[in-house]
Amino acid sequence: MAEKSYRDAVRDAIFEEMERDDSVVIMGEDIGVYEGTFRITAGMLDKFGENRVIDTPIAEAGIVGTAIGMAMTGMRPIVEMMTFNFALVAADQILNHAAKIRYFSGGQLDIPMVIRGPHGAGVGLSAQHSQSFEAFFGHFPGLVVVAPSTPADAKGLLKSAIRGKDPVIFLENAALYAIKGEVPDDSDFTVPIGTSTIARKGADVTIVASGKMVHLSLAAAKTLEEEDGIDCEVVDIRAIRPLDVAPVIESVRKTHRAVVVQEQWKPFGFAAEIASSIMDEAFDELDAPVIRVTGADVPMPYARNLELLAVPHEPDVIQAVRDVAYANGV
Amino acid sequence: MAKRAEKKKTEPALGEIAAPEWERILREMVLVRKFEEASEKAFRKGKIGGYLHVYSGQEAVVAGITSALRKDDIVYAGYRDHAHALLLGSDPKDVMAELYGKASGVSKGKGGSMHLFDVDRGLYGGYGIVGGHLPLAAGTAYSLRYSGTDRVCVCFFGDGAMNIGSFHEALNMAGLWGKRGMCPVIFVIENNGYAMGTSVDRHSAVTDLSARVEAYAIPSEKVDGQDTFAMRGVADRVISQVRMTGRPYCIEAITYRFSGHGAADLFQPYRSKEEVEESRHRDPILILSKRLREMTGLTDEDLQEMSDWADEEVAEAVRFAEEAEEPDPKELFEDVIALEPGREPDGDVSSPLHWGPRDEGGGEEDEEDEEAEDAEDVEAAASSEQAGDEEGEEE
Ligand SMILES: Cc1ncc(C[n+]2csc(CCOP(=O)(O)OP(=O)(O)O)c2C)c(N)n1
Repeated sequence: MAEKSYRDAVRDAIFEEMERDDSVVIMGEDIGVYEGTFRITAGMLDKFGENRVIDTPIAEAGIVGTAIGMAMTGMRPIVEMMTFNFALVAADQILNHAAKIRYFSGGQLDIPMVIRGPHGAGVGLSAQHSQSFEAFFGHFPGLVVVAPSTPADAKGLLKSAIRGKDPVIFLENAALYAIKGEVPDDSDFTVPIGTSTIARKGADVTIVASGKMVHLSLAAAKTLEEEDGIDCEVVDIRAIRPLDVAPVIESVRKTHRAVVVQEQWKPFGFAAEIASSIMDEAFDELDAPVIRVTGADVPMPYARNLELLAVPHEPDVIQAVRDVAYANGV
Repeated sequence: MAKRAEKKKTEPALGEIAAPEWERILREMVLVRKFEEASEKAFRKGKIGGYLHVYSGQEAVVAGITSALRKDDIVYAGYRDHAHALLLGSDPKDVMAELYGKASGVSKGKGGSMHLFDVDRGLYGGYGIVGGHLPLAAGTAYSLRYSGTDRVCVCFFGDGAMNIGSFHEALNMAGLWGKRGMCPVIFVIENNGYAMGTSVDRHSAVTDLSARVEAYAIPSEKVDGQDTFAMRGVADRVISQVRMTGRPYCIEAITYRFSGHGAADLFQPYRSKEEVEESRHRDPILILSKRLREMTGLTDEDLQEMSDWADEEVAEAVRFAEEAEEPDPKELFEDVIALEPGREPDGDVSSPLHWGPRDEGGGEEDEEDEEAEDAEDVEAAASSEQAGDEEGEEE
């Protein structure tokens, strides 16, 4: 095991898979000569050459579309979205093509490709550059959607994504690139997609989160333990689709209370999906309504003070846990 | 297509535009330069968040075009939009306040550097998605014509934006609508040679960008974007032509950006130091001031005075932005949608420049029929024979 940044874990996964398998290529804007906006692809052009590290024009629909064509005929393209906001330009290719070809071809074709890159609320990036996409892509059958929170999961899940047969949306919250954690050295280390995990064991309240929100939840759990003696369990939903709610249900059977945390807008979201799953499978276990902690229902404002109000913070999670535990004296 | 260069009218001599106007243009370009230097400085101090893309080196492009526009014309910009706002007359204080995310900013602090809006001055916004605004500009041009006016719309974008789907879709529609005289839009390619770290020859299969535009029946020409005289000359001719004909036109300005792509692009591995230094010889501000020295007798003292004035304006803008109020937290939920649940719609459109009563002619040909026909002759001559034939079929 070695201590690695999330950024390096992502890079290592790509690097190792490209070394292992010639059919893996990476393409995207400014990933070659410029070495990637977030420097994930540093050194790759030198190592693999321009036929495998493909610098593209600014043409998201074209990039994703050509990658689909490659994937349908034996290659394993990894598309780097400079940020996922620009994937909206390629929405038709992703949602109407990549997600559906396997199905409407009656299973004749696989689409082994990964579309990866940063997403999430930015720092003063305003409304067109500051969005989270779990729910958006999670809505569409035919896609696999992954949102790792730790360096180890980033590496293991990305390797699984690259080796698989499906179009995978791989969401890297930009705020996580700098975090560090233990990552197994084994170049065959993978994490199976479609498994949620317990990020922290606890007995009193279940907090469910994904990606960056896991870290917020862990911090809140720590504070709650110290200040209130409330022992939170944190479930990390590492894959949005296929969604593994079993650990959530199991946890709720133990704690009887749940808070779901998401960065994005409340309506029709990730948290709604989790909350509803809890009701479906463990309604009788609940001692309190499930509470959702979400971002404000507005396009992201630029001004720093407004931006801070628009996304969830640790105190919001703490407040929600206290509410769901009726610990606020109400 | 190749013929277009010969058919160009000659550029205006200084005499056609009065000396004081040239000096005003230079003064504003100096202001833009100083403003950008200050904005980069503020960014490095952490006063400005997000991305900051400065326009230094490219000033002549926007200055040449906007100085030839009428007050009621409309402009769209990409995310490198500070110069567009300033040269359209936005108050530098309000622009800086926007970069600082303050309530008095041109977009109430909600847009930031990439989304400057000043509708009263014709700025319909800066946009952060590369090329996303091109269809908006074509639609706006249609609207301007539809409402029976002779206003025009100008849309600025970089060379990199020419590779995205919305570029092709917008230009094709503009080309089509233009055949009916219904799309008075001027596309201005700010060709600074790079899309972030990707040079034109690495992002475009055909590097003659104006030639690519002509595939959509939109005439185009290249102009030296470091030369304000040349920019303004083309702008005067093209804008009046588009105003008359309602047909789109494209200007490819060959320019250069002195700074990195964004304020965070410090190393610029994609271009050499020598290249950047070399480009300094083609500084539009130097070129214009040299020209004005020769032609209007502009002196060192005049230049110094301009520079001092711009310093003071910018310092004041920074002071203003520093001290301005943050948006009220209530603003977070304002301006999301206009609808109030359960209320009848009132039908009023907020745009102060919204079109008035429609001309019964249907916008086919403008009031100035004769002039319009003249302009079409000019244009038919300027564009290819094939385009001329198509026009024949139209009639
Ligand atoms: C759809 C989309 N893809 C990618 C980006 C990221 N991006 C921002 S600016 C830029 C380069 C644009 O270059 P160009 O259009 O030539 O404009 P310039 O920066 O030269 O003014 C890129 C790739 C974006 N903003 N939008």
